[in-house]
Amino acid sequence: MNRFIWPLVGFVVLVALLAVGLKLNPREVPSPLVGKPTPAFALPKLGAMDQTFSPQDMQGKVWLLNVWASWCVSCRQEHPILVEIAKNKAITLVGLNYKEVRGDGGFDMDKISADTEKGMAVERASTWLKRHGDPYALSVVDLDGRVGIDYGVYGVPETYVIDKAGVIRLKHIGPITPDVFSGKILPLVAELNK
Amino acid sequence: MIKPFTTETRRHRGNLLACLAFLCVLCVSVVNTGFAKEAAPLAQDEAAEKRLNAISSELRCLVCQNESLSGSNAELAHDLRREIRGMIQAGKSDSEIMEFMVSRYGDFVLYRPPLKGTTLLLWFGPALLFAVGVGGLFVFLRRRARAIDDTPLSDAERREAEKLLHSDESKS
Repeated sequence: MNRFIWPLVGFVVLVALLAVGLKLNPREVPSPLVGKPTPAFALPKLGAMDQTFSPQDMQGKVWLLNVWASWCVSCRQEHPILVEIAKNKAITLVGLNYKEVRGDGGFDMDKISADTEKGMAVERASTWLKRHGDPYALSVVDLDGRVGIDYGVYGVPETYVIDKAGVIRLKHIGPITPDVFSGKILPLVAELNK
Repeated sequence: MIKPFTTETRRHRGNLLACLAFLCVLCVSVVNTGFAKEAAPLAQDEAAEKRLNAISSELRCLVCQNESLSGSNAELAHDLRREIRGMIQAGKSDSEIMEFMVSRYGDFVLYRPPLKGTTLLLWFGPALLFAVGVGGLFVFLRRRARAIDDTPLSDAERREAEKLLHSDESKS
């Protein structure tokens, strides 16, 4: 019996490691911004490009910053859930329209001027929201993704839960599923709203 | 009249297929040149580019996560390299640039994992496993060596053995 004990131990350890490890997502990069104040920015509002929005405008409210773009397929997937979330009065959704023109990949940016890019972004984003529903209290336009870099955005969609003091409490990578919403986001928002 | 499927027909068809294939390849390659973008213009500042290469080789592309930032062609990689180039031109030091990236993307953005409490197993795990493996082999071999009985045969046992060995010879 003794000679079988070590291979058995090895097998059990391996199974335990796999049971934990295979449930993890190796592509997920945890954000160092959780627990830190939201990085400041001033971006133009979609729909009123002459006005700007900053995170401090949301002080005192619990809100979600959702990074999206019309060229992003996964955003289409999570959009119905966002529309549902928007009906909940306790949560405010702010959209960060990320690299609407540049991220598309179908445009030669050398041939597009800054003004043209702005106009294209507004048109594409507005059309998309009109077609699929607008769950956002407002959306801001990050044309070159510079604000995205400050937020550690490396893919679209990503969602941040921010508390009343302006501290990031959660970053969710990828589309929001009903499980994620009811299991992680809703309880957190409820707690932050107390 | 149905033409029989002779060797000659087969050869003709083979030739036709080869011609078609060649034409297809020709068409595709001609069309594809339209998609090839011109190489980006050489940077003005050679020293800055060298520093950019050095720094971005130590950073990870977060989209293609097994590539370094310097080698990756991902959109985000372009953005981050542009950002780092700007910081180099603004006179930031290497450690400031690394700090910028790590504060936004975490330790994972460093291509070489830092040596921390959390990464000890990552750094020394393989060596540890190797040591355990070699140790296990050592123990196993020693146990086997000990199990070998080297005492010589007694007289009675030797006669027994010789009888068994010579019994084949008498038979054949």
